Parts: sequence; C-alpha cells; structure tokens
Amino acid sequence: MATATCTTNTPKIGEKPKLLVLRRISAYFEGVFSPHFDLIKAEESSLPLPAFLSTHCRDIRAVLIAAPYGMFGSSLLDQLPSLGIVACTTAGVNHIDVDACRKRGIAVTNAGEMFTPDAADFAVGLLVDVLRKVTMADRYVRNGLWMLKGDYPLGSKVSGKRVGIVGLGSIGSHVAKRLVAFGCPISYFSRAPKPNYPSYRYFPNVLELARESDVLILSCALTDETRNIINRDVMVALGKDGVIINVGRGALIDEPELVRCLKEGVIGGAGLDVFVNEPEVPEELTHMDNVVLSDHRAVTTPEAFKGVLELAIANLDAFFSGKPLLSPVSC
Amino acid sequence: MELLGVLLTYPLFPYLEQELLRRGCHLLRLYDSPENNHLAFLRANAASIRAVVCDTHVGADAATIDALPCLEIVSTFSVGVDKVDLVKCKERGVKVTNTPDVLTDDVADLAIGLAIAVLRKLPAADRFVRSGAWKRGGYPLTTKFSGKRVGILGLGRIGLAIAQRAEAFNCPISYHSRSKKHHPNYKYYPSALDLASNCDVLVVSCALTDETRLIINRAVIDALGPQGILINIGRGPHVDETELVSALVEGRLGGAGLDVFVNEPDIPEELFQLDNVVMTPHVGSDTVETSKSMANLVIANLEAHVMGWPLLTPVM
Repeated sequence: MATATCTTNTPKIGEKPKLLVLRRISAYFEGVFSPHFDLIKAEESSLPLPAFLSTHCRDIRAVLIAAPYGMFGSSLLDQLPSLGIVACTTAGVNHIDVDACRKRGIAVTNAGEMFTPDAADFAVGLLVDVLRKVTMADRYVRNGLWMLKGDYPLGSKVSGKRVGIVGLGSIGSHVAKRLVAFGCPISYFSRAPKPNYPSYRYFPNVLELARESDVLILSCALTDETRNIINRDVMVALGKDGVIINVGRGALIDEPELVRCLKEGVIGGAGLDVFVNEPEVPEELTHMDNVVLSDHRAVTTPEAFKGVLELAIANLDAFFSGKPLLSPVSC
Repeated sequence: MELLGVLLTYPLFPYLEQELLRRGCHLLRLYDSPENNHLAFLRANAASIRAVVCDTHVGADAATIDALPCLEIVSTFSVGVDKVDLVKCKERGVKVTNTPDVLTDDVADLAIGLAIAVLRKLPAADRFVRSGAWKRGGYPLTTKFSGKRVGILGLGRIGLAIAQRAEAFNCPISYHSRSKKHHPNYKYYPSALDLASNCDVLVVSCALTDETRLIINRAVIDALGPQGILINIGRGPHVDETELVSALVEGRLGGAGLDVFVNEPDIPEELFQLDNVVMTPHVGSDTVETSKSMANLVIANLEAHVMGWPLLTPVM
C-alpha cells in the first residue's frame, strides 16, 4: 500500500520534517530540498554509517536517495525502524531492495515520467546520428577533411526504417510516438502485449523482434530477465545493416560481444549512452566510426532535474500529510 | 535515350552514371578537364551536348548554357535550383527539372537530428567519451529539446515535414512564409524577425532566391538570442555567415546546426572550437536510398524528354 499514516512523529506546525540523506548531494539539490525539509546528512558525521543511523535516525521517516551509490537494503533498513518512504530521484530503482521495503510497509517513489521525454529525445537523436553519421561528419569537418578529401560517404535514411523497441514502457512509448512521425513502422518486445498500442506489432521475444527490425532501441529496466538480453544471436538476427540504440542500461547488452559484432560487421552501428562499467568504455569502441558514444546524459537536462526534484518534494509532502503518493514504484 | 549526349558537371552518385550509360547515353564529364579549361571543353563538345545533369556543387550557369547551342534540358540532382540560371534557360527554351519530394524525408530527418545534436551536444558527448575525459569528471547539463518552440522559415514540402516531426516532440510550431498557409496548429509570423523573436529553434528551409539571400541577418540572429539555436538545411547564402560566427563566438546565439555554408567546403574555422555547433558537409539528402531515388527521377525526366512525354518534375 502506497499511503502511510502519520500518527507518530508528525512535524509540528512550522517545523520542517526530517529527511535523511545518506550521501553527499549537490548544492543545487540541497538548495531545492532544504526550504522544505530538515536535512539530516549522514556524510557530515564522523560516525560510520551504521553507528550514525542507530544513534541519530531511530525517528527518521523519510530518506532521499539521489543516486545509486550501492544497495539500499535490509542492513540499512534495519537501522531505520520508523522509515515510511524512500524517495528516489532516479527512474531506475535497481539500487533499492524494493521487496524488503514492501515487506516493512515502506513506500518507494521514483522519478516517474520526469525523465521520459529527454530519454526519448536522446534515443531519437542517437538514431539519426548513427544512421546519418552526424557526429562522424562533424568530426570530418572539424578535422579539415571536407576541404582535403571532399565529399563525405553516404548515410542511411532514417524515415521508414523498421524500429524494434525493447521495452514499451514510458520511455519506449515516447520513442515510438516520435518515430511514427518519421514514418517508421513500430514493433516491440515487452513482458506482455500492450493493448493501448494496437498499431505497434508485438513480438514475444527479442530474437524475433530483431529479425523483423532494422533498428533496435533499448528502453527497458535492467532486471535478471533483461541482463544480456542483447546477445550474439540477437545481433546476428538484426543483421549487418542493423543499428542498436541503448538508453537503458549498459548491462542489457553483452558488451564484449557487442564490440566483436561491431568489429566483424555483424551489425552496422550503435548509439550508446550507457555502458556496463561507467565511466569505463570498451577501448575498441572509441576507435570505431560507426558508433556514437555518450556519457549517460540521456536524461540530464536542467528541465528534467527540476521536474524530478519537484516530484520528489511532492511525494514527500504527500507522505507527510497522509495523501496518496504521486510516483510510487509498483512491483 | 540512345546516344543522348549528356554533360555531367560534377562526379555523380555512381548508380546514376551507370544507369545513364546502360541506357546508351554518351557522357561528357566536365570535371575531367581543369577548371580553367571548362569553356574550351564545352565548346569542343557543344555539338553533342543536348542535356546537362548538374548538382549543388557545379550548376548550369549562363556561361555554360551559352556555350551549348544544342542544349535542350538541364536536370539538376537537387531540389534547389539556385545554381541553374533559370532566366537564361527560359530565354533559350531549355527545360529544367529538379528532384523534389524524394528527398523531403531525408532533409527533414537531418533537421531534427541536428536540432537534438546541438541542444544535447551529441558530438561533444562523443568527444568527451572518446578522449577519456568522462573518467575524470562530468559534463555540464544540456537543455531539453521536447517542447522547444520551433520556428520554420519556409513552410514548403521540407518545412512541413520538419513541422510534422517536431510536433511529435510536443514542440509548438510557428513559421514565416511568402504567404500564410492554412494550418490551424501552426502560428504564422509576417517576418523572419518576428519569427526569430518568438521561437527557440529557427530552421531555415526555404529556397534561395533574391528575396531570401541573407534573410538570417544580425537582427534576426540577435532576436533568436543566447538561448536560441539556428538550424540551416537551406543554403549557406541564406545566412550572413560572418555575423553568425561572431554571434556564436560571443555567445549572443545559443548554438547552430549547419549543413550548408556560404563557400563550401571552406568553413570558418572559429566554428571548430565550439561545442554548441554541429556541422555536416551538405549531406541533407545524402543517403543511399534517397540518392538512388533522386537518380531514378533524373533519368525518368531525361527519358520523358527524349520520348516527348510530359516531364515528371519540371521547374518551369
């Protein structure tokens, strides 16, 4: 159940509710939260975290998790007996033991759809970039090669490409909406077919999706089922002109195999915003011309952060006043 | 098309040349002779040249047309006809065809791709990762594309295709055109300056004519402002390039995505230092698929001409 009652430890009028922050947050974040909450900053204490929690946080009802700094699970939850809400400012909650929270009646909220448009924009931007070689062409021009070597090799048309979306959730459906305007037929693989999107073609597995697609766009959560969902078989099925765009998580792809498939020409190209071991990027990728690489920036816009922080505050306010949460994580 | 003498002004997409040869055309390649010898080459071959196939690199200017008394048709491998002397062609009764529609999608795709690339700094991100800088720290935030106000200069085929795509990103659409069009969802502005004052992303997608030359001048650039970006998939001469460069260098303009330049392939080097500029070497319609469609259209027009059928895409 997402709502929480606040019969105990309700802040007095004028008193800001306490909000535990485990790791250092930016001045920007602090500036946004501190007018609303009394920030209890674990990192400022000289005590090691478990001692800090058991000494100072018995009455803490809310914790803010601003980045995935390691698993927030039972060992920490045991130190926070009054905890009622874990407010995350990320969309993904792999770093939260949501099950353990649920068992203790602790609500978890995430970034909802605040990152969605930016992630979708970025996926489309990467796709156009890879097919039309925008970044590669920009590099060519900046290196003076247009003057020296003349015209640039042809790219591949974006409009009309068969797009296969892996994970037709919030981001996937926003990507689809954009690419429909480019005349791209949309197919998808998801845990179950989506009746809301009758014009998109459902495939029961990624292999079949890849066979019938020119482009695969990865926009699903990273779970045990989706880890390495893009393997060699899928890439072979996608084919030598196929393109993979990843704005999900690096580990959705078997990364060493991806590098091999790109080198061998098993697939045609890739646009990658995420990697298995960021900020480490496989060295070979940095020498390839048919890939576009970015630094996990799909969602990092000031507009998204503003929205996400406002949403976190709204979730926390709702929690402290006993109202329904806005973006609870269901599992 | 047997024995049709065709002058090629610039090396073409190989498929086009192959198809012309396959149909029995006699090809003369202007670029096989040095530039200072071009007129002599034309005069020497004038008797055989009935058709010219040109493009945006080297067109069909008055001097070329004058040197070819047997010229009947000019087919440009482009939709823009700014490099064809239309007045001279009309005088001489020379037909002109171009390649509209088949390249509309490609150009519109690139316009949107450039807008996202500029706002989200895609090439800069790629450089940031490849150089190893990502291991040492983060890159500043980049601004959202969805919802930005998109202003389109020239709501023709390409402008409309751009609008259609931008709408899917929830971008409010406005435009300036020679005349107001019937689009209830798109807001019309009576001048380029008004348009620039009221949009965040200004896209140039009109034909290059005497009226539109230098239409993007200092005033328009200033109106677009330090948060605004310019996307040019029209022609380099639409923009006062000197003013554009100083505005970008000085931060008076937020960014630019440029596929065309005044003096291609010579680009102002100041732009190479800027992360908020994305440059492509006039590749608006340069995909394998579209080049083939454009080539087929050129051939179909030439064939129609030879057979006395109506031209498919005549300009005049």
